[in-house]
Amino acid sequence: MFGTFTGLQGNLFDQLDRLQRELDDTFGLWPQAAELRSPGWGSWPPINIGATPERVDVYLFAPGLDAAELDISIQQNLLTIAGQRRIERAGEQRWYRSERHTGEFRRTVTLPEDVDPERVDATYRDGVLHVSVHRRESAQPRRITVS
Amino acid sequence: MNAETSTTMTDTPGTTARAVQDAMRPPVDIFEDAEGITLEADMPGVSKDRLHVQVDANTLLIEGEVQIDLPDTAEAVYADVRSTRWRRSFTLSNELEADKIDASLRDGVLRLRIPKHPQQRPRRIEVRATG
Repeated sequence: MFGTFTGLQGNLFDQLDRLQRELDDTFGLWPQAAELRSPGWGSWPPINIGATPERVDVYLFAPGLDAAELDISIQQNLLTIAGQRRIERAGEQRWYRSERHTGEFRRTVTLPEDVDPERVDATYRDGVLHVSVHRRESAQPRRITVS
Repeated sequence: MNAETSTTMTDTPGTTARAVQDAMRPPVDIFEDAEGITLEADMPGVSKDRLHVQVDANTLLIEGEVQIDLPDTAEAVYADVRSTRWRRSFTLSNELEADKIDASLRDGVLRLRIPKHPQQRPRRIEVRATG
């Protein structure tokens, strides 16, 4: 039995290594099941969207950016966020892992139709861009008083 | 979960099994130069007081809790990020000075500088010309 293991050892470690790489690729960044309409795992940065009757909040998980260089635009209910993150990997160093996204990115989000493109706030904190878009009053639930 | 913000170097992290299971693995860059190793990890949404970097024996653990100001009443419409925790661990080799790790966090990027023991750094040997 040991003889068999010894004979296979190099091969076994190769297999473990390959398995690890596959697991990294498949589950590495976002270990959850993919939604059918979500963009591929290569898409960066990841986005979360929350909605209340008053506003829609979009969170872009994009650490290490210069907020001044972000290009955020809204056309009717189409929100587009573009920017870039440059990571210099040239030089004298010996690189072991380079998993962090580098380069330009652009993500477009379709918001509900009742958003008001004139009332948008954006803040960048702890590497998360938060874009808050107000919704039109008419779309919000109104309390009706009985006289 | 009060051990989350602890900076002790010996305690085991105070996370529940479920939190560990649900945690996301932050993408990292790791590179080495003559003086040490640098690790940079993307941990967006983590502030300094919710970051936890720990060395236990030869294991380096980086962990952070994501906090975003979402109204309580908000309904999640779409979510690429389904967890509120980043967590990843690495093994440190002996030539590294685990007690001299320098950590900084800026805009959601954690940067760790792990120096090598001075005697382990490559030394340039001068060759003297003779004759």
